[in-house]
Amino acid sequence: METHPDVKVKVDATKREQWFYTDVVRDHFFNPRNFLKKGEPDFKADGMGMVGSPACGDTMKMWIKVNGDRIVECRWSTFGCASAIASTSMLSVMITESGGMKIDDALKVKPQDIVNRLLDLPVRKFHCSVLGDKALRAAVNDHFRRTGQNGRMVTEGARVIDKVLSITDKDIEEAVLEGAVTLADVQKKTKVGTGDPACIPEVEQLIRFYREKYFGRDS
Amino acid sequence: MIYMDHAATTPVRKEVVAAMAPFWTDIFGNPGSLHSKGLEAHEALDSARDRVAAVIGANAMEIIFTGGGTESCNLAIKGFARANKTKGRHIVTQLTEHHAVLDSCIALEKEGFDITYLPVDRHGLVSPERLKAAIRSDTILVTIMYANNEIGTVQPIAELSRIAHERGVAFHTDACQAGGQLDVNVQRLGVDMMTLNGSKIYGPKGVGMLYLKRGIKLEPVIHGGGQEGGLRSGTENVPGIIGFAKALELAQAERDVESKRLTGLRDRLIEGIIERVPKSFLNGHPTQRLSNNVNVSILDIEGEAMILHLNDAGICASTGSACTSRSLEPSHVIRAIGLPYEAAHGSLRFTLGKENTQADVDRILEVLPPIVTKLRELSPVRLSMESVLAARRK
Repeated sequence: METHPDVKVKVDATKREQWFYTDVVRDHFFNPRNFLKKGEPDFKADGMGMVGSPACGDTMKMWIKVNGDRIVECRWSTFGCASAIASTSMLSVMITESGGMKIDDALKVKPQDIVNRLLDLPVRKFHCSVLGDKALRAAVNDHFRRTGQNGRMVTEGARVIDKVLSITDKDIEEAVLEGAVTLADVQKKTKVGTGDPACIPEVEQLIRFYREKYFGRDS
Repeated sequence: MIYMDHAATTPVRKEVVAAMAPFWTDIFGNPGSLHSKGLEAHEALDSARDRVAAVIGANAMEIIFTGGGTESCNLAIKGFARANKTKGRHIVTQLTEHHAVLDSCIALEKEGFDITYLPVDRHGLVSPERLKAAIRSDTILVTIMYANNEIGTVQPIAELSRIAHERGVAFHTDACQAGGQLDVNVQRLGVDMMTLNGSKIYGPKGVGMLYLKRGIKLEPVIHGGGQEGGLRSGTENVPGIIGFAKALELAQAERDVESKRLTGLRDRLIEGIIERVPKSFLNGHPTQRLSNNVNVSILDIEGEAMILHLNDAGICASTGSACTSRSLEPSHVIRAIGLPYEAAHGSLRFTLGKENTQADVDRILEVLPPIVTKLRELSPVRLSMESVLAARRK
């Protein structure tokens, strides 16, 4: 077929609004690493975490083996799209490569770090990388619980920001992860501040915080 | 490559390309011009209008050419509502309409109109009794699609339009998916307005039409030079309109034979998937459906992941999963037929077309089951088929 000058052979990776999966995403999607295989229910995990629900479109389970405070092995299973599968696969590689990460270091892995290793995800797929991160935290907490290290457990309680509509910081985090950039975007998703305008400055601060946390300083 | 996404769009067929060819460079005039170049374009436009009118059983004066199906739906609904608001401000539609209709209705709500969105049954059918009950003294318009783009369910338009007319209410149908497969004769359907477009019937994109029965009043949505009886300003897209007319003529002439062929392939694909893929089921009506539409839900896995694997195997299909939509919401159609979210995420649509063969169907039946097995191996979800099916509407 003749190539038309308006049709790019490869879509520009910087145009993240478009559908674009990098070769690394494709590789981890088509050849997922470390997923829990059928004949492997005897994988003796030191911690297991589960997040999401199939109704939301994403469910994830993660199992870890810990040796000397390092995560030496990891297994996972995911109901989700290509981004969710590739993100979990990549996270499992990141925390277990070169002898395994120390637990405290693994807890510092940010969704943005996973995205970087995947050489990018489309913007509206960013939330997929967060799920793996949350499943890992849940698995680590389970490990702490099992080994009596309750003091090390990381809890993420939600804090009410908009008192009228009972909207929490988690809701705002969720909106940012779904691609909201401005206050108006977040309001479109959550209606935050419509009944409690006094909370708006704090909402704006949280948007900046979560934008930076997940998308980096430049976003 | 096997293209099975004809409900998204079709290629332009060769006869249509050939019919359009002279109108880019040779017969390029503006039909509104008084000189010979304008007159020849005008004649071509008139001829296209005559031919389209003949195909759908209308008068040439009743055809308005537009910039596509979405524009026609906008013109029909917003244009009718604004022109007839003194008679009433209530409109009836239904939940599985295309967004061109739903969002036009939502826009009218902001202008003070009251919209009733009728529910559908588990097959996606509107109940005539419910329509009857929904019509009020201030109802001015009923708009119900002919055939659904996602699940292929065909509505009993003649019966529904009769109900509207018994109460003196106008009836519009979005027939974009029907143009190539169903009878679009406006007399037999009994409709006052009907939307058709080119890009689903092997015609060009960006061109459509609205049938507007004589005597029905509309406000234009696009203002300007007053073309198309003042209802659609802007220089007429002559090559597009010529192509659309040709595509519609061919589609309707070949309809019976092609629909029969597609129905055979469709049922082979549906039966094959249900038989070979455990925990899968058909969405939409088993028989009152478009001859080219296959929509199945496959439990425990997600649609985008299936689409990517199929694409890798050279097969183009689509899904109602949230993961492929901008809003991150699963298909409103799959939800309207009562399926829980988790089943909507696993819906898969194949829409057959002219160039598809039995070998294509068999190739999908060969490729799909191992993809499902692979993705299920990765999935922690084990839904019960019984509970998902029980959740569907009656």
